[in-house]
Amino acid sequence: MSTDIWHQIFNYDDYGQLLALVANSVIAAAVLGVVGGLISTFVMMRDLAFAVHGIAELSFAGAAAALLLGANVVAGSLAGSVLAAAVIGAMGVRVRDRNSAIGVLMPFGLGLGVLFLSLYKGRAANKFGLLTGQIVAVDAPQTAWLIGVSVVVLLVLAVIWRPLTFASLDPDVAAARGVPVRALSPVFTLVLGLAVATTIQIVGALLVLALVVTPAAAATRVTASPRLIPLLSVLFAVTSVVGGILIALGSSIPISPYVTTIAFVIYLACRAAGAVRTRSGWARRPPAVVAG
Amino acid sequence: MTEQSGTIAPQAASVGGTPVVLSLTDAELRRGERVLWSGLDLELRRGEFIAILGPNGSGKTSLLHAILGRLPLSAGALLINGHPPRRGSDLIGYIPQQRAVAPHTPLRARDLVRLGVDGHRWGLPLGSRGLRRRIDELLTEVGAQAYADMPLGLLSGGEQQRVRVAQALATDPALLLCDEPLLSLDPHHQHAIVDLLDRRRRAHGTAVLFVTHELNPVLPLVDRVLYLTGGRFRAGTPDEVMTSSVLSDLYGGPVEVVRAHGRYLIAGAPVPHHPDHTEGVQS
Repeated sequence: MSTDIWHQIFNYDDYGQLLALVANSVIAAAVLGVVGGLISTFVMMRDLAFAVHGIAELSFAGAAAALLLGANVVAGSLAGSVLAAAVIGAMGVRVRDRNSAIGVLMPFGLGLGVLFLSLYKGRAANKFGLLTGQIVAVDAPQTAWLIGVSVVVLLVLAVIWRPLTFASLDPDVAAARGVPVRALSPVFTLVLGLAVATTIQIVGALLVLALVVTPAAAATRVTASPRLIPLLSVLFAVTSVVGGILIALGSSIPISPYVTTIAFVIYLACRAAGAVRTRSGWARRPPAVVAG
Repeated sequence: MTEQSGTIAPQAASVGGTPVVLSLTDAELRRGERVLWSGLDLELRRGEFIAILGPNGSGKTSLLHAILGRLPLSAGALLINGHPPRRGSDLIGYIPQQRAVAPHTPLRARDLVRLGVDGHRWGLPLGSRGLRRRIDELLTEVGAQAYADMPLGLLSGGEQQRVRVAQALATDPALLLCDEPLLSLDPHHQHAIVDLLDRRRRAHGTAVLFVTHELNPVLPLVDRVLYLTGGRFRAGTPDEVMTSSVLSDLYGGPVEVVRAHGRYLIAGAPVPHHPDHTEGVQS
């Protein structure tokens, strides 16, 4: 009996052929993993996890509107994201103001999305996919879109990496050193919006955090090196999303539970490793350090 | 009130050929309608140490921001090594007050110092052997090499401030701006930081502007004091400024200053909006 259910969920008989069919999607997923891993390091530095969620809901509304109007879903999702990012960016830098604004924005976006979906008469799988992920449904032109936007995100990040790190972690001194701390904030929020909009295409609006927050949250548990964190974070994100797809291929369940579970397991492992490292004093340090 | 001692005469020891690092001439700064200070003349020479005292909101930090080029003066002139202030100038090092660092902040001591070296430049943080050597030098200069690879969040407040000094020295500045760097440190760590600043200015002639609520921890280093209160100011040597009559005049109410055991004890000064000084006593 239980093996029947198992077979309903998992069936790897035609795995090779399936894999050939979704090769594009795997490539897109790997690229999004790189973007998610890198952007998540700054999401952690800037304490923007909640903003990611807010952007995702508006991005979902944009995608739902595009679906209803028969427009490009990725473009709709990008429009929603950029709008949310602009609003959040305009809400100012103070965390408390920002979070309440996001809390107000988020249900509104989700509500709009539900409205558009209920008006949509097309395939039900399309509806569900926007919320919970649909990598296998990503076609070639969409893949091109995703990769194009991802390249833009990566290029902007590469240019602003150092001053953004400075402004995020040490804003007072960064401002004293001439870093445009205030101007960098909306620039990053915009880039974050683009990254979220593309990630939604794979894991869906509700599960974006697994790729845009969890990887760096895991990495910062085991190291404080600014060089290792983005590398580990990318490794974790790519492992989660590509691993999720490869498992999901032979299964009747959508991709997102696999992605989020892999990400979560990595996070738990990092937490455990980090706890051990902290208990042993983290880094080697002479026992009799002169106080000061 | 007439500003009878608007001009600060540098102490005899530092006059002569010593070059001027910072000069303010008839400077005024407004925030909106409010004049924080006006008619301020100040000259800071190489190796000098000036403490800036005064209640919150008197424009101490704003003065630092003006020097950093973040706030324009509303009147008067401000020159650093003879040039107008410029944002991000390498001539200036900045030490903020110690703040709690979240436990999983992705920064080690050496990374904080590195931000001071090249954090303001565009692009990716590609390192080099020279950069690493420079960071090690800076950490050694402040005695922080033992915890160079520790995450900032796991360091004590005093250790963090040592690293902050190294960060501020990254550009080999001619002028150090310190904004309450001793706040929330215990006396032992306060002494260690003050000692670092003193050694730096003696060895390299770095001038220091030191904003503080408490004069006593830095008193041995202080050449002159600039005391700002509600739009008024007074400047001079500690003995000239830290008297009952001068402070009573500045605050417009009775203030008692007692000098005992090399410390100034102040009673009666209204210190608004400062939670650490509820009794109005500076110790």
